[in-house]
Amino acid sequence: MAMSAEGLEKLQELQRRSYPIRAIVALIIGIIGLMFAIGLSISFGAADISLGMVWQAVFNFSSELTEHQIIREIRLPRVLGAALVGSAFAVAGAIMQGMTRNPLADSGLLGLNAGAAFMLAICFAFFPGLPYMYLIMWSFAGAGLGVVIVYGIGSLSKGGLTPMRLVLAGAAVSALLGALGEGIALHYRIGQDLAFWYAGGVSGTKWSHLQILSPWLLAAMIGALILSRSITLLSLGEEIAIGLGQRTGVIKIWGMIIVLILAGAAVSVVGAVGFVGLIVPHLTRYIVGHDYRWIISCSLVYGALLVVLADFIARNINAPYEAPIGALIAFIGVPFFLYLARKGGKEL
Amino acid sequence: MNNRFLTANQQKMKRKNFIILGTLVVLILITFVISMNTGVIKLTPLEVIRTLFGQGDAQQQLILFEFRLPRIVIAVLVGMGLAVSGAVLQGISRNALADPGILGINAGAGLAVMLFISFFPSTKAAPVYLLPVLAFIGSGLTAIIIYTLSYKRHEGITPMRLILTGVAVAAGISSAMIVLTLRLTPENYQFVATWLAGSIWGSNWRFVLSLLPWLIVLLPFVYAKSRVLNILNLGEITAVGLGASIEKERRWLLAASVGLAGASVSVSGGIGFVGLVAPHLARQLVGAKHQFLLPASALLGGLLVLLADTIGRSILEPSEIPAGIVVAVLGAPYFLYLLARLKE
Repeated sequence: MAMSAEGLEKLQELQRRSYPIRAIVALIIGIIGLMFAIGLSISFGAADISLGMVWQAVFNFSSELTEHQIIREIRLPRVLGAALVGSAFAVAGAIMQGMTRNPLADSGLLGLNAGAAFMLAICFAFFPGLPYMYLIMWSFAGAGLGVVIVYGIGSLSKGGLTPMRLVLAGAAVSALLGALGEGIALHYRIGQDLAFWYAGGVSGTKWSHLQILSPWLLAAMIGALILSRSITLLSLGEEIAIGLGQRTGVIKIWGMIIVLILAGAAVSVVGAVGFVGLIVPHLTRYIVGHDYRWIISCSLVYGALLVVLADFIARNINAPYEAPIGALIAFIGVPFFLYLARKGGKEL
Repeated sequence: MNNRFLTANQQKMKRKNFIILGTLVVLILITFVISMNTGVIKLTPLEVIRTLFGQGDAQQQLILFEFRLPRIVIAVLVGMGLAVSGAVLQGISRNALADPGILGINAGAGLAVMLFISFFPSTKAAPVYLLPVLAFIGSGLTAIIIYTLSYKRHEGITPMRLILTGVAVAAGISSAMIVLTLRLTPENYQFVATWLAGSIWGSNWRFVLSLLPWLIVLLPFVYAKSRVLNILNLGEITAVGLGASIEKERRWLLAASVGLAGASVSVSGGIGFVGLVAPHLARQLVGAKHQFLLPASALLGGLLVLLADTIGRSILEPSEIPAGIVVAVLGAPYFLYLLARLKE
């Protein structure tokens, strides 16, 4: 069993390069930071509300107080939406990077964003005035369409689903769906409406949206955590993973389903905020090493933190106008990503 | 031992490749004729030939020389520029995904145009012919930024770092563009969006003249470097062993590639897929040697954009679909088919 020997060697190497203590510390700091950011985000805004009031509104709600109403009906769903979306993007990015062994993998690459945009273009063009809820559903379906085509072509090919093939198929499907969506948008002159939707951020999030999305997202995140050990092994390379007794086909399919749910739901809520899925897993990999159990759990926390903070800044930087949240994240993300790229960009 | 066998085989390959290149030229000519025959006023092949030799009536001459021909020439030139740019980028980065779009060159040009439109809110009053210049400056600056950011002393540029930096910069530029997009008036938005989607809008001889010099200088330059590209393709270690001073060569080739893409994008907007798909197709047809790969990419690129523009003009008459969109709709499925059929 030469393969297994090599696999074990790789595994030991991996264990040397993963830092559980650092990961636990990072996790604790991240959770505290997230709590703080959520509190901050709820209490600041057009009407300033004290942190104590926030606490009361959440745990001791009284419907007579306007502040409580604002917190309950506007700010709380919004901040929870931001946190959920952030976690979803980051975890989806981490899974994709681990599975494809491609440091650039993110939801944009697998045709998700283009699929969602395509479907939204159809909705805006042919069914104007569709309620928000249905738009979310269709955009979700579009994201699914993108992934299914990419994944289908990847697995139909001779020689199976290699990372390179996946990435190439993703680029081509993105180009195709993107172009179709763009064509519809140009012809029906709805491009700017779509842009507004995409730049809209989490501002319109309501409890009813969260109610529909959160069970899926939570289930997918739990699935991601369960799958994380297998993803670590897969990230060592397909052959090694097989050598270590992994059923790689099953893992990949589950991984894809989880990614679809996470990224599809997130895209449908905030639009194409690509950098979270790219940057957070990189950051956490840098801190905690190469064990995906830690990468995914830390991505979950820090993705939420990043988007909550970004949303907070987007609301307050130029109040009462909101800055597009994707642009804001890119402003934080680009320099950081450039720094990573300089450091080598080959840590996968 | 089997030296003679090899050369015989190579000769056969060479002949095959020349036939392929010839076929591509013929296909471009056929598309040219079809393209002349579509549109509100149609010119039959015979009329085209008569007009070309100065035998047509005034109206035919006007249509051919002032409207159709410049646009066709631009489409072919743009396609060539983008395709060769992509082929060179793929060669120097040894990354099959590299194309001008990925390296942020399109985005840079787009941002420059967007800024221009934001400062001159009325597109009608603004000097529109300035757009290509601005787009060119935008893409050039972006390329310089990417190069500087991915350059490291003693190490130079690694392909991976180049791509990563390009992706990051492109994403940054795109988000800046989103911010600007939301502030545009709907008419200006439509103009910018159409431009970005890759429509051959600069359809007169002035734009041909602004594009042609770049191609005349850069295409032969790149072709002369075919051997270097072949060596770079073999991988870093082999290339150093063969004595190519990699960094210098790569810098020149990168500059040439940016020049080609920038000049093309400035006239056509963001036709993104040509740089990716044309070199891939070319590699399927003539193999990986750049002596054939580069001309085949150029011809395929030209054919693809010309075909796309012709289809885009005629499919939804009288409104036009930008060539960039048609390119993607045509190119992507074929690319996927190739991908599914190919062994790794």
